[in-house]
Order: sequence, then C-alpha cells, then structure tokens
Amino acid sequence: MSGIPLNYFVFLSAILFTIGVVGVLTRRNAIIVFMCIELMLNSVNLSLVAFSAFHGNTRGQILVFFVMAVAAAEAAVGLAIIIALFRNKQTVNIDEINIMKW
Amino acid sequence: MDFLGSELLAIAPVLSVTILSLLVLVVESLVTDSEKISYWVSVFGLLICGAISISTLDLTGNVFNHMVNVGGYGSLFATLFTTAALLTVVLSRDYLRKEHVSFGEFYLLILFSTVGMMLMAAAADLIIIFLGLELMSICLYVLAGFMRKRSISNEAALKYFLLGAFATGFLLFGIALLYGAAGTTNISYIVENYGKLAASPLFWVGLGLLMVGFAFKVGGVPFHMWIPDVYQGSPTTVSGFMATGAKAAAFSAFILVFAHQEFESGEKVHTALAFIAAASMIVGNIVAISQSNVKRMLAYSSIAHAGYMLAGLAAGNQLGRTGILFYLVTYTFMNIGAFGVLSVLEREEEKNLTFDDYAGLGTKRPFLAALMSIFMLSLAGIPPFAGFFGKYYVFVAAINAHLTWLVIVGVLTSVISVYYYLRLVMMMYFQESELQFTQPSSVSSLAVLTIAALAVVEIGVFPSSILSLINNLY
Repeated sequence: MSGIPLNYFVFLSAILFTIGVVGVLTRRNAIIVFMCIELMLNSVNLSLVAFSAFHGNTRGQILVFFVMAVAAAEAAVGLAIIIALFRNKQTVNIDEINIMKW
Repeated sequence: MDFLGSELLAIAPVLSVTILSLLVLVVESLVTDSEKISYWVSVFGLLICGAISISTLDLTGNVFNHMVNVGGYGSLFATLFTTAALLTVVLSRDYLRKEHVSFGEFYLLILFSTVGMMLMAAAADLIIIFLGLELMSICLYVLAGFMRKRSISNEAALKYFLLGAFATGFLLFGIALLYGAAGTTNISYIVENYGKLAASPLFWVGLGLLMVGFAFKVGGVPFHMWIPDVYQGSPTTVSGFMATGAKAAAFSAFILVFAHQEFESGEKVHTALAFIAAASMIVGNIVAISQSNVKRMLAYSSIAHAGYMLAGLAAGNQLGRTGILFYLVTYTFMNIGAFGVLSVLEREEEKNLTFDDYAGLGTKRPFLAALMSIFMLSLAGIPPFAGFFGKYYVFVAAINAHLTWLVIVGVLTSVISVYYYLRLVMMMYFQESELQFTQPSSVSSLAVLTIAALAVVEIGVFPSSILSLINNLY
C-alpha cells in the first residue's frame, strides 16, 4: 500500500457500487441492468483487494477469485434466461415484461 | 493424508449429496432418455443422504481450517433440506409430465441447490455462506424458468435472477466491509471481537448490508417484492421448494451471523430486525386477503411466515433460536404439502389455480381436500397442528425479550391470516361447482402428501419430539 491511502480505495469502490445500484433501479433494458449488477460485484472486488493488501493477508484476494467464478456462472445463466425470454416476447425491456404486476 | 480423510468424513452430509449430484450429472450426459434413471437415482440417493445427515447429528467442531462446521446445527438443517428435496423430487415427477417438461436436468438442479443450502447451514466462514448461497440461487434461477416455452415462467426467472443478483451484490459488499473492519471473514472471530469492532463504522455498514442481503433472501418486507411474482410464475413444485428449502437455508445463515449472545447488547441490530418482522407480518397477511390465485396467496403468506420467524430472530435469545428452528421444520412440511396439493390439482397452462376452482373439492376429491385442510389449518396456526407451536415458541421468545408490541402485531395479523386460509377450506366444503377434477393423481404424490400431513399432525401433537432434538444442539 505504497502512497495511496486505504480510504481512496474504499471511497472509489463505494462510488462504483452506488453507480451500479442507481443503474439497476433506473435502467429499463434487462441486459444493461445486468451489466450494472456486474459493476456492483466488481466494485466489491476492488475493495476486497484493497483490504487484502491493507491487512496483509490473502483471504480477500481468494474471495475475489470466488466472486469472479460465481459472476461468470451467473452471467451464463442470466443471459440464457434473457434469451429464452426474448424468444417468447421479442423484448428485453423490463417495463414490458409484466404478465404479473411487479 | 489421514488428516484430510477424517475431515472428508466429517462433512459426509454435504459430500454425499455432492457425489449424488455428480452421479446424476453423469447419467444425464451418458444415457439417452435419462429422466427415469435420474429420478430413481435421486430418490434413493436422497434417502441415503438423509440417513447420513442424521447419523452426523452428534458430531461437533469445525474442519478445513475453520471453514466448515461439523454436525449439530448443520446436520439438522442438512436433514431438513434432503427431506424437502426428496418430497419435491417425488411430487415434481407427475407435475413435469403434465406440463410436458419432463427432463432429468430438473432433479440435477434440485440436488445441486440442496448442496448449496447445506453449505450455507454448515458455514463457519462468510466465504462459505456466499458460495453456498450462490450455488443454491443459480440453480433456482434455472428452475424458476424451467418451463422455458411459457412466458410466465420466463418472467419469473428473469425477475428472480435480476433481483437475486442485486441482493447478492449487497451481501457481498457487506462481507467485504466486515472483512475490512475485522481483517478476517471467520464468523466466530467476528462475533468474539464484537466489542472491539463495534467502534468502527465500517463494521456497522457491513453488518447492515449483510442484513439487507439476508432479508432479501428470506423475503422480509421491504425486500419482498420478488416473492409473489416468482412463486406464481415458477413451476408449482419449485415454488414449494423455494418457499421451504431456500427460505430455511437463508434463515440458517441469518442465524449463524446474527443470533449470538454477544450481539444481545447490540440494540440496533435487534430493533432493525423487529421492524422488518412487523412489516413482513402486516404486509404479507393483509395483501394475501385480496388474492384470487391460490399460488399467489401462498406467496404472500410465506412473506408473513418469514415475519413470524424474524420475530424470533429479533428476540435474540435462546428460546428465539430454538423457536425459529422448530418453526422452519414445521413450515417445511406444511408448505411443501400445500404447494404439493396445488401441483396435483393444477392443469396445463396455469389452470385450476384460483379460489373458485377449489369449490366442491370436498365432495369430488375428499382425500385431497382433507389434506389441504390440514395444511391450511396448520399454516393458520390452529392447534393441534404443528403451525400453532411454531408461532407459540417464537412469540414467547419475543415476549421474554420485551418485544411485546411485536407479539401484539403478530397475534393480530395471524388472526387476519385465519380469514384467507379458512376461505379456501370453506370453498372446498361449502361451495358447489360444475368443474370436474378428472385427472388421476399418482400413488407416489398422494403418499408424499400424506407423509407431510402426518408430520404436521405428529409434530403438532408431540412437539417435544422435534424440540428435544433442537435443544440438544445448544
């Protein structure tokens, strides 16, 4: 942790996380919503790596690998769901996906 | 090597279900027309796994460098999850055939999500909770959209996926901040050093985010918005599995992180939990009244039941923890039973699911109607059925913790809930309709439903049978 204080990393990851949350809540395209969720996960990875270096143990970095693997699995399933939906409805706009009320 | 061997033996419940899942995976990829083989392998495998879980109940300690707890609490939940999975697998077979989606992958996904649930209950580390949660959730996303030609199932899967992944983000950020504050992700270390860590704002923000993530997974208000849609759109037996297994798994992790003696001075945590509990009971029960679709009604009722269990967690005492475990056991049987009856009576394209469709069931299908009445009375919390004692223990715990206002809310809302549960019973016995319930139901489904109903009655009449098992854990 030469030079850059821990606070900077924490604030940056908090800002990225917030951008992700706001994106999930405001965007209407299912794929963009999903990209915002990925942004949230990556901001967590950033803070985990920073904490890991700060504490001087590798636990955080190990968790980052798990998070990346899980995010990849989640992406595969999520995109498959979106494709199945698109085949039936010809749309990925979550405002039009409303057979049941939200 | 010897050391590793004994550790592997210690996590036998998780390991056995993992091996079973891989076995079914191999069957699926090598055998053509594999549905039948996968089904029987899953049923017998789960029976064996259940027996293994029971046999590890007396073990204690943790293995793999403080990553996984052995025996006791985890084994009790492992037994519960294998039971839920077994009942779901048997009930699903007829249902999948009826809906023309009878593929062996279904059983595979149920088994893998069961592994995830068991890991959550056995976790000694936040990393394991995260991995178990994701293993369970990703399988459930697929299961929710299993009827992929049908829009309502797609919609349920998409909503579950987007909101589930969103909640995972919060949970994970909470874990990251707790790690930042404590320098480790070990749960018992964090709990033991609570006094020291409580000074750090990072710790509180992390704990709060973790609570949001868990509240979302158990379906507590205001994080409940996905539950009605997902339960309504998913295949009916999967809804039953989500409402019992997935909810019990989320609660098991919730208890692991939040229900500790050390936190009892932490008023903030318990106040927040009490408010979530009260809101869940009120919203779940009141909105359930206005539903005309029975599946959606059960979804709102499951929000209310999450509220009752959260009341036990908010109490934060010994009795509260025992109460939640007891409640989860009873709730698993009665809710899988209720969703099971729905799945037996349901016809293709989501038909036969409204209250009106149940009119006259008491004369046409007396046995199914009797089973459904048992489940409904138990869900309503009417003695001598099991649901009554679940509520009783949780509310007593809350009174002991001086949360009298919460108990008043709980009792009033459960009086409200009697209205919509009994409305279904009234429909079945005191209304007539032209509708015919012609399709036969298989012996295996009826047998499973009977077992669930017997369990509800047995636990209701002899609550000490389960209670002594739970008390041995602490």
